[in-house]
Amino acid sequence: MKFTFTEENLKRIEQVRKKYPTALAAVMPVIYIAQEQNGFISNEVMEEIANVLDIDKVNVLSVVTFYTMYHTKPMGKYHVQVCTNVSCMLRGAYEIFDLVKDKLGIENMQVTQDGKFSLEEVECMGACGGAPMIAINEDYYENLTKEKVEEILDSLK
Amino acid sequence: MERIVLPQIENLHQIDVYLANHGFEAARKAFSLSTDDIIDQVKKSGLRGRGGAAFSTGLKWSFMPKTTDKPKYLCINGDESEPGSFKDRQIFEFNPFQLIEGAIISCYAIGAKVAYLYIRGEYHKWINLMQNAVDIAYERGFLGEKMKETFGTSFSCDLFIHKGAGAYICGEESSLMNSIEGKRPYPRVKPPFPAQNGLWGNPTTINNVETITNIPPIIRNGWEWFSKIGAPKHPGTILFGVSGHVNKPGVYELPSGTLLTEIIENYAGGVLGGKKIKCVIPGGSSMPPLRGDQIEGVRMDAESLKEVGSAIGTGGIMVMDEDTNLLDVLIRITHFYHHESCGQCTPCREGVGWMEKALKRIKAGLGTSKDLDLLCDVANHIEGNTVCALGDAAAWPVKFMITRFRDEFEMYVNKNVVIPVPNKVHSMRDTSIPLASIEK
Repeated sequence: MKFTFTEENLKRIEQVRKKYPTALAAVMPVIYIAQEQNGFISNEVMEEIANVLDIDKVNVLSVVTFYTMYHTKPMGKYHVQVCTNVSCMLRGAYEIFDLVKDKLGIENMQVTQDGKFSLEEVECMGACGGAPMIAINEDYYENLTKEKVEEILDSLK
Repeated sequence: MERIVLPQIENLHQIDVYLANHGFEAARKAFSLSTDDIIDQVKKSGLRGRGGAAFSTGLKWSFMPKTTDKPKYLCINGDESEPGSFKDRQIFEFNPFQLIEGAIISCYAIGAKVAYLYIRGEYHKWINLMQNAVDIAYERGFLGEKMKETFGTSFSCDLFIHKGAGAYICGEESSLMNSIEGKRPYPRVKPPFPAQNGLWGNPTTINNVETITNIPPIIRNGWEWFSKIGAPKHPGTILFGVSGHVNKPGVYELPSGTLLTEIIENYAGGVLGGKKIKCVIPGGSSMPPLRGDQIEGVRMDAESLKEVGSAIGTGGIMVMDEDTNLLDVLIRITHFYHHESCGQCTPCREGVGWMEKALKRIKAGLGTSKDLDLLCDVANHIEGNTVCALGDAAAWPVKFMITRFRDEFEMYVNKNVVIPVPNKVHSMRDTSIPLASIEK
C-alpha cells in the first residue's frame, strides 16, 4: 500500500529538519510523525521516509528496528504497556500483567481481534515511585491496584 | 533544609513565578563573567555529575577545546532509563526554567551554540511540558536570537528537544549522540572522548539534566556556598528516588551524605508492614546491592558508597524487604540487561543471555552451586570487556548479588546432584554427595 505524508505533516517535517545540521538526524522525529499518521511503520512507510529526507532506506530500517517504541506491525487503538521491572515487580506488577492478559485475552505483543487493545510488557518507564504502573498509549497510570486496573480497562471499552 | 534543584515554591514551572524567584539572575551574572571564570567556579564548587559516574562537571567542561573552528554542542541527558531512577521527570515538571537557564549558562561556558535535550520517548507528558517551557523561553527572549537583547550580550544559543524511542542504551553518552545523529545508537569506542569528537565529529559536552539544573544556583550564590552543602567530596543536594517496599516511595531532595537508613526510615516512611530490609540497591539497578544488615551508617555520596562496595549511580534507591525472593529479582534485572543490550559487543550480547539462562535454570530447580560460580565467572568476563558500561552494569548485579547473598542463593540450588568427576579413579562411581564438600 502506497504511503504519502499529509501536507500538514510535510510542513512539520520541514520544521523538524531545521533543528539538525544533517537530514539523517531528523530520522527519529520523522518516524514518529509517520507512525502517528499510519499507526505503524511498514516497508512502504520506511521508503517514503527515506524519500522525504533523501537518505538511504537502510538508515531508516536500522533505526526503526533498534527501538521498542517504533512498531513494525499494527497495534491496538489502546496500547497497554505494563512495566514489570524490579521496582514495579516488588509492588506486584506481574499480578497486574496477568490480570491484563486475562482480561484482554491476549499475550504479550498481541492485539485483540477487534483491534482495540494491544499489550506490551515494557521495561522501566521511570515511574518507580508510583509502582506498579501501566501506560496506555501516552498516558501514565500510577499507584495501581488490581481493582483500579480493571476500572481503567473497563472505562476504555 | 534548603532545596536547590526542586525548591518548595508553588507554580515554579510558570515563568513569572520563576522570574520572581531569582529567575535568570544567574544567567545575567554569567554573561558578565568570562567563560574561564564560570568553568573555574563550577570546578571549585565540587559539583559532580548526577548521571551515574559522578565525574567533576567543571573538569569535564574544561576538556572542551578553546580554539577550534568547529561548532560546539551541549547534550543534556534526560534519557533516565536506569530502573529505579525517576528524578529528571520531576525537574521537567516542576522546575523546567532552571534547567533551561542552566543550559544557557553551560552553553556560554563551553562556547556551544546549540544544546540538545534528550528525553526518553516514554515521557510524552514531560516532553510536552518541557517543550512548552522552551517555547515560552523563546517567546520571552531567553533563548535564540532574542536573548542577545534580553541579556545585552553578543552570545545566543538554541535549545532543541530530541525525543528518544525506548532504548536503555541511549542513556550512554556516545550512544545518545549516535541517536541524535539518526544513526543506529551503538556506543562509540572511547577515546576519542566527546569533548574532541562528539556530535557530528564536533566538540561536545554531555551532562545529566540534574547536573545542569544545579548550575544556576552555583553561579548565583557562588561556589563556596555550594561546596559547603552535604559531603565535602561530593557536595550539593541529590535527588534520591526511593522505590520498592517502602511506605512513601518518591523523590526526595536531600544533602549528599545523608544516611541511607535515615532516607528509608524518616523520608520514605519505613519499610512496608514494618518488615526488615533484606537488600538495598543504592543507585539504580546496575549498582552493586547492599545487604540489609550492612546499611547501618552508610552515607549516600559517591565516596562513602565506594567504601562500602557500591556506587551512587543515579540515586535510585530500591528497597527490598525480608520476604523478597532475590533470585526473582536477579532474573528480572538480568532479563532487562539482556533485552537492552545493543548487540555490538559479544561478551555483553551473549554473556548476559547466558546469565539469564543460568538463572532461569536455577529457578526451574535444576541449578547447582557450580552454576553460581559459573554466573560469577561469566560476569567477570563481561565486565571491562565491552565498548560501553552496559556490560559492567549487567555484570555487577549478578556478581555482587550472588557473592553478597551467597547464603540465600545456595538455598535455591540443589545440594545433592550427580556430577561426573573427570580424570579421577572413582569417576565411574555415583558421586551423589553434597556439593558443599567438593572442592571447586
